Amino acid sequence: MRRHLPVLITLGVFIVGYLICLAQFPSFASTRVIGNLLTDNAFLGIVAVGMTFVILSGGIDLSVGSVIAFTGVFLAVAIERYGINPYLAFVLVLGLAALFGAGMGLLIHAFEIPAFIVTLAGMFLARGLCFVLTTDSIPINAEAYGQITDIAFPLPGGGRLTFVAIAMLLVVACGVVLAHFTRFGANVYALGGNRASAQLMGVPVGKTTIRIYMLSSFLAALAGIVFSFYTSAGYSLAATGVELDTIAAVVIGGTLLTGGSGTIIGTLVGVLIQGLIQTYITFEGTLSSWWTKIAIGALLFAFIVLQRGLSAASVRAR
Amino acid sequence: MQSFNERPDLLEINGLTKGFPGVQALDHVHFTLRAGEIHGLLGENGAGKSTLIKVLTGVFKRDAGSIRLDGQEIEARDPAHALSLGIGTVYQEVNLLPNLSVAENLFIGRQPHRFGLVRTGEMRRRSAELLSTYGLSINVADPLGSFSVAVQQIVAIARAVDLSAKVLILDEPTASLDANEVETLFRILNELKARGIGIVFVTHFLDQVYAVCDRITVLRNGRLVGSRPTAELPRIELVSMMLGRELAAEALHRNQRPAVTGDPVVAFKDYGKRRLVEPFDLAVRPGEVVGLAGLLGSGRTETAKLVFGIERAETGQAYVDGKPVRIASARDASRLRFGFTPEDRKTEGIVAELSIRENIILALQAQRGWLHQLPRRKQDEIANRFIKLLDIRTPDAEKPIGLLSGGNQQKALLARWLATEPRFLILDEPTRGIDVGAHAEIIRLIERLCEDGLALLVISSELEEIASYSDRVIVLRDRKHVRELSGAEVNADTIMTTIASHQ
Ligand SMILES: Nc1ncnc2c1ncn2[C@@H]1O[C@H](COP(=O)(O)OP(=O)(O)OP(=O)(O)O)[C@@H](O)[C@H]1O
Ligand SMILES: [Mg+2]
Repeated sequence: MRRHLPVLITLGVFIVGYLICLAQFPSFASTRVIGNLLTDNAFLGIVAVGMTFVILSGGIDLSVGSVIAFTGVFLAVAIERYGINPYLAFVLVLGLAALFGAGMGLLIHAFEIPAFIVTLAGMFLARGLCFVLTTDSIPINAEAYGQITDIAFPLPGGGRLTFVAIAMLLVVACGVVLAHFTRFGANVYALGGNRASAQLMGVPVGKTTIRIYMLSSFLAALAGIVFSFYTSAGYSLAATGVELDTIAAVVIGGTLLTGGSGTIIGTLVGVLIQGLIQTYITFEGTLSSWWTKIAIGALLFAFIVLQRGLSAASVRAR
Repeated sequence: MQSFNERPDLLEINGLTKGFPGVQALDHVHFTLRAGEIHGLLGENGAGKSTLIKVLTGVFKRDAGSIRLDGQEIEARDPAHALSLGIGTVYQEVNLLPNLSVAENLFIGRQPHRFGLVRTGEMRRRSAELLSTYGLSINVADPLGSFSVAVQQIVAIARAVDLSAKVLILDEPTASLDANEVETLFRILNELKARGIGIVFVTHFLDQVYAVCDRITVLRNGRLVGSRPTAELPRIELVSMMLGRELAAEALHRNQRPAVTGDPVVAFKDYGKRRLVEPFDLAVRPGEVVGLAGLLGSGRTETAKLVFGIERAETGQAYVDGKPVRIASARDASRLRFGFTPEDRKTEGIVAELSIRENIILALQAQRGWLHQLPRRKQDEIANRFIKLLDIRTPDAEKPIGLLSGGNQQKALLARWLATEPRFLILDEPTRGIDVGAHAEIIRLIERLCEDGLALLVISSELEEIASYSDRVIVLRDRKHVRELSGAEVNADTIMTTIASHQ
């Protein structure tokens, strides 16, 4: 019970938030709003799953925002300038990103450099590469884009469950399985619990670290593809600060920043809480969008204090 | 059945050498382990026991020497590799993963799985089965961290036993187990021995060595002193092998002194907290040692925590020098010049990254407030004085404390509180993990502190020891202070019967 407390609290916050929205704007009950909530936050949800693994293992990945931007720029350049088939371009960029993440993981493990430093360098590197490819915003007009964005299941009541929303839910589902039902998942928690102990117990620390950052960059690229569906363009300055939104979502989702404890489902709820605040502010109309940041900041603060309290309480309970 | 001496060597270590900056931790050490034997590895703090084990299991790279397992030259790359070769280990300092479930701790890296997915149910069932052979029935789905240190230790042993086909290494596994649990462990070790597993057993408890070990190897300052069958090695000789000098037989015993009189420095009336300890009365006079005896979980440590304000009392009143005081936190206690060395030095004591000097002056500095930095010269002087006084084995005071051997860390922790010149000092298991030589020194130190008028409250599981230095002994059972022994009653037998008697 105590173990699930952080997730339950997150879920409680979401439900209370949703009820507040509903009381003020009855249309929040419509499937259209719900569908949009999922669609608009799909890319954040996808990166956040990867970030959850990273944070669970006691690390951090600051490069994800830049990887998203790089993905967009790469796709735009590949598809529009070189005429590469969009699907092939997707595969290419996912592969590249996985390599990039594996490289960061390798550096973190082999040279025992803090993840913070390595991924900070990765962040500048990926962002820099965007500018090498192009400094302009390049629109993507490929037919495939139109086709993909048109795929959607109609929901009763006029809403649509779009392709990207489904992709995000699938990623979350895979993340849940990976985290809780595979050896890899157990190894990730082990690393976050105590790296030295994990090593002594025979957990393949190096392999796991590399895979974690590989997964994070891979999912960031996937999120980048989804992001390019929203904007239909590649732009070097896109998605700045997304890494911080992602970390916030993970922490609000009940994952301990120090690693070792948390859930993927919690992260999904954390993302939806952020989306809910955003939607509320859009509906409200008079509030500046900066209120989103302020609300998230306050929530984040509350959650971190709460986690301190909970872990102190569990130490005392022993 | 083959006679003992004809059994083949399972593990053969030759000329093993390992140096750290400033220390030769192992110097051409020779060691053999036969199949089906329990081999005690002994030596003072810092002798190189843990280092030997870590080199063997691939945590450290050796500088020179060879290791053969079943006649094959091996070099473990890391503990995982050592495991796969058949060498399973329970390490001294690092335990398991408190955030994972008990089942995951037992099966990590080898979870039963199907189609790439872990079969959690199967894993839990097998974990419960495994632990039941140790007489442990707990919910294996709960995180390991929610259990007591003793249970965690048993899980660690169960894991290593289950993993190691050939060699099982236990580095001070019994330090936090109570008598019953040690009994269980020994039963299991004997079973494993009968199955032909070679077991290396590191401990400082000589009784345990003589209870289970077939052979004993002694290290001193990184060198091999000797290797002998237990039956041919009298205790006194073993001790002198470890120390490299004769230990006076009475070194462990305190000189008889007249009963301490006078007004208590600290007194507690009706002090207690629900679910922790039932209300008790306790008074300690200057120059007096009061011992707390009882089984693990009987409320000894809880009493200490209450007295030191780590737990807040719900009933009763504390007095210092006869005046009522409020002790609501460890800070209050520390301001009243109380000192406390906790039992679990790993999580409650040392700051591994800081130097020995910084660790020693920590409490003193905290008392002065961080704005009144102790002058560096003074810090050096204090650190060096205690390093000498307690014989902490280290090249210098600037070494990070985490790199010291376990027993030397314990001494540094003691130094931290002594440096604050407390008037009332609580020692929770002060000699746990400390070798016989240092043991005697700590006991002598306790005596000297008493003569200086310090009031001491000492918790210990070792009855002989507690009887030797205590003026009075309070016996606890089931979270209750059941009896106070004084004068001639203070002896190991009486303490034991009091602990064991049912009412
Ligand atoms: N990682 C390290 N870096 C530097 N020095 C070390 C390291 N580990 C151990 N040492 C040093 O090597 C020596 C041997 O230490 P070791 O831990 O093997 O002792 P031990 O016999 O296990 O003692 P104890 O009974 O106190 O556990 C000590 O002087 C210790 O300070
Ligand atoms: Mg040791």
